Amino acid sequence: MSENHPPGNRAALERRAAMRILLEGRGELLLVTGLGSTSWDAAACGDDPRNFYLWGGMGAAAMTGLGLALARPERAVLVVTGDGEMLMGLGALATIGVERPPNLAIAVFDNGHYGETGMQRSHTADAVSLAGVARACGIEQAFDIAEEAALADFARRAARRERTLFARVAIHADEPPRVLPPRDGVHLKTRFRRAIGIERN
Amino acid sequence: MSGEDWREEIFAVLKRGGIRQVGYVPDAGHSRLIELCRADPEIRAVGLTSEEEGVALAAGAWLGGQRAALLMQSSGVGNCVNMLGMTKTCRFPLLMLVTMRGEWAEFNPWQVPMGSKTAAALELMDVLVHRVERAEDAAETVAAALDIAFDGSLAAAVLLSQRLIGAKRWVK
Repeated sequence: MSENHPPGNRAALERRAAMRILLEGRGELLLVTGLGSTSWDAAACGDDPRNFYLWGGMGAAAMTGLGLALARPERAVLVVTGDGEMLMGLGALATIGVERPPNLAIAVFDNGHYGETGMQRSHTADAVSLAGVARACGIEQAFDIAEEAALADFARRAARRERTLFARVAIHADEPPRVLPPRDGVHLKTRFRRAIGIERN
Repeated sequence: MSGEDWREEIFAVLKRGGIRQVGYVPDAGHSRLIELCRADPEIRAVGLTSEEEGVALAAGAWLGGQRAALLMQSSGVGNCVNMLGMTKTCRFPLLMLVTMRGEWAEFNPWQVPMGSKTAAALELMDVLVHRVERAEDAAETVAAALDIAFDGSLAAAVLLSQRLIGAKRWVK
């Protein structure tokens, strides 16, 4: 895992490949994705009832993951969201830094741009280190990742549920074809709860 | 309900209602309830930097099979408006307990704009609004809001009026 560096995407992963690495052999993993491209990335890896895709509530992904992780300490919870979505809910990192559930991992796909709205530059392109923010908020295990091997290691550690983890994953600012998951919120909620055995009807 | 200590009665309602996570942004009117939640081994009390974090926290808790409640001051309701769209779209149950500012005997005029529009902001997002003016009504009003939230998969708020809170504060 490389040292923190300004995001210029000097070394970067393909976003779909990065999501595949995170979900490979996912086992019992529960996934929350943020509004925008990370939801399409997850759907492109194959829809799963244990995925909760946010189609709205920009800034909500990390906190949704926190509530879920606190409720299900025996399950690994992974949040995958984008730099713009994380920036909108930056306070969540402070809150998570206090709570630090060992079964919560957050991976932010950082291309330094708002990909869904016309590729405008985000704050991470010019100044902000998300891994630096996470570390300053008390999430000690916070990494800048730009290589597949380091990302695979991150995924293995997330499955072990030993520490709260954060990764800023450098990705290329491209737009692979959209693969849209279901968008009915009630359906997504209910099938998720059924899939983990807490709702029967 | 005796009305002797309405904060402790509200806490008892949360316990009976199976609340396991409590997200809060500190407020003087909620301080006793926050203390009780933090001291309870069955409740995870999560301090928030801003109220909208709590709306997402409650959604995640419900996805994982736990009931959450949010404690905030009336000014925080404005911070929640967009997130409440997620609550409505997904029909997540949500219980919000809101201590009011900007109404009865308010000394800070900056509290008035949001305080005077708190109920309207909630109703704009289709949150059911209950209001408590008297200590003896607090527990049963919270119980009613809790039931419709979790049995009906709806968002419900209880506004704890400034007169109620203030009346307690002045006598200490």
